[in-house]
Amino acid sequence: MATTISAIPGSNSAITVTEPARAPAGGWGYARVREVSYPTARGVRIRVELPGRINHLPGQHYVIRLTAEDGYTAQRSYSVASAPSDPLLEFFIDRLPDGEVSGFLADIVEVGDELELRGPIGGWFVWNGTAPALGIGGGSGVVPLVSMLRHAAGTAAADLLRVAVSARSLDELPYADELAAAGAVIALSRTQSPTGRPAGRLAAAEIASLVRPDQTCLVCGSAGFAEAVTGLLLDAGTPTTAIRVERFGPSG
Amino acid sequence: MSKPTRGFVGRPHAARSNRLPPGQYDTGRDFPTLTAEATPRVDPDRWTMTVDGEVATPHTWTWADVHRLPASEYRGDIHCVTTWSKFDTRFGGISVDLLLEAVTPLPTATHVLATSTTGYTTNLPLEHLAGGKAWLVWTYDGKPLPREHGGPVRLLVPHLYFWKSAKWITKLTLLDHDVEGFWERNGYHNLGDPWLEQRYHGD
Repeated sequence: MATTISAIPGSNSAITVTEPARAPAGGWGYARVREVSYPTARGVRIRVELPGRINHLPGQHYVIRLTAEDGYTAQRSYSVASAPSDPLLEFFIDRLPDGEVSGFLADIVEVGDELELRGPIGGWFVWNGTAPALGIGGGSGVVPLVSMLRHAAGTAAADLLRVAVSARSLDELPYADELAAAGAVIALSRTQSPTGRPAGRLAAAEIASLVRPDQTCLVCGSAGFAEAVTGLLLDAGTPTTAIRVERFGPSG
Repeated sequence: MSKPTRGFVGRPHAARSNRLPPGQYDTGRDFPTLTAEATPRVDPDRWTMTVDGEVATPHTWTWADVHRLPASEYRGDIHCVTTWSKFDTRFGGISVDLLLEAVTPLPTATHVLATSTTGYTTNLPLEHLAGGKAWLVWTYDGKPLPREHGGPVRLLVPHLYFWKSAKWITKLTLLDHDVEGFWERNGYHNLGDPWLEQRYHGD
């Protein structure tokens, strides 16, 4: 756990904020695109080589900045899918309708291109593999959880991490095979899952069966997904303080 | 300046605006939500607003108390560090100046730590909360502020990135030194001026 916020009682002399070690943070740099693939209908997987990069914690993100010839820039944040030990950085980007940055990454970027990026960033939605965690992701919100699973794979940390994911169909679930192989609970809202689970969103009973008293819950997805899942977690007795949320909005 | 990215043109010039700080885009009618925590249910009848710390007379207001203060409105743009900006918003509530006047900041007060009911915190220099720059708001577009946007009541500091506008605000603590808040400890800039593009630690 990277951060603890203690209760802050009434007077300023009583403010006690536990100051943990800062999460790793890196500055701007240029990465070389090494692999581009299109695992889902709307999504692109981009693997880049960033010289001298600072190792991230699973859950952290990078900012990708695009610059036009006239100096105009656009930038968006994307969670890292790769494990810290991976020599390349991997991103999965859902192409949004009219997405200025996601459309460029999905349609234009090719192997050999240079991309300007900055990171790692963020010290809240992270898991360092030392404490029990439950990751719940919707759609491309599974990406940071994939980084966590890859980081834990083959180590004792794998027993500490439980993952549940949700998408409309298997075709729209990034990293579906990898998630299934890692034992993630997979809920498909429109279709039956490969394991025979009937179509439907993550249900209260499914969430409740994954809740443990001592774990941090990491919820990542659209605002609506995050709202629904945090509601189920709270209903299952999870304290508010054990829930960390990464919501993403329509930010092209 | 950054090197051009091969093949990137960007939005047409007509879609750009000098009202947009660098690196921001107009989100149009959308009002995205971005929160690090579960959305709490804050009961206005049990909610209180406290201003304490380096002040002559700390004070706590109830929901009814703040509604008796002279109303004030913000009409203008807001800017989120995740790169969306929203033009022509309208928030209603009271000026933070009224709260500060009631407690009389001590000459030693230089900074403020804002605290939400969830434990979320954010820090600001006092001068960025005073002088008509900040509000306590409970309406958006004339309607009660929705929970996911910080309802029933949030801080509004529209000249800084929006994480400074703490949702579900319950306390402002004046300090004689700076203390980092939640995102400020987690990689984000200490002040967060969108026009200077102060997004992350070190910008």
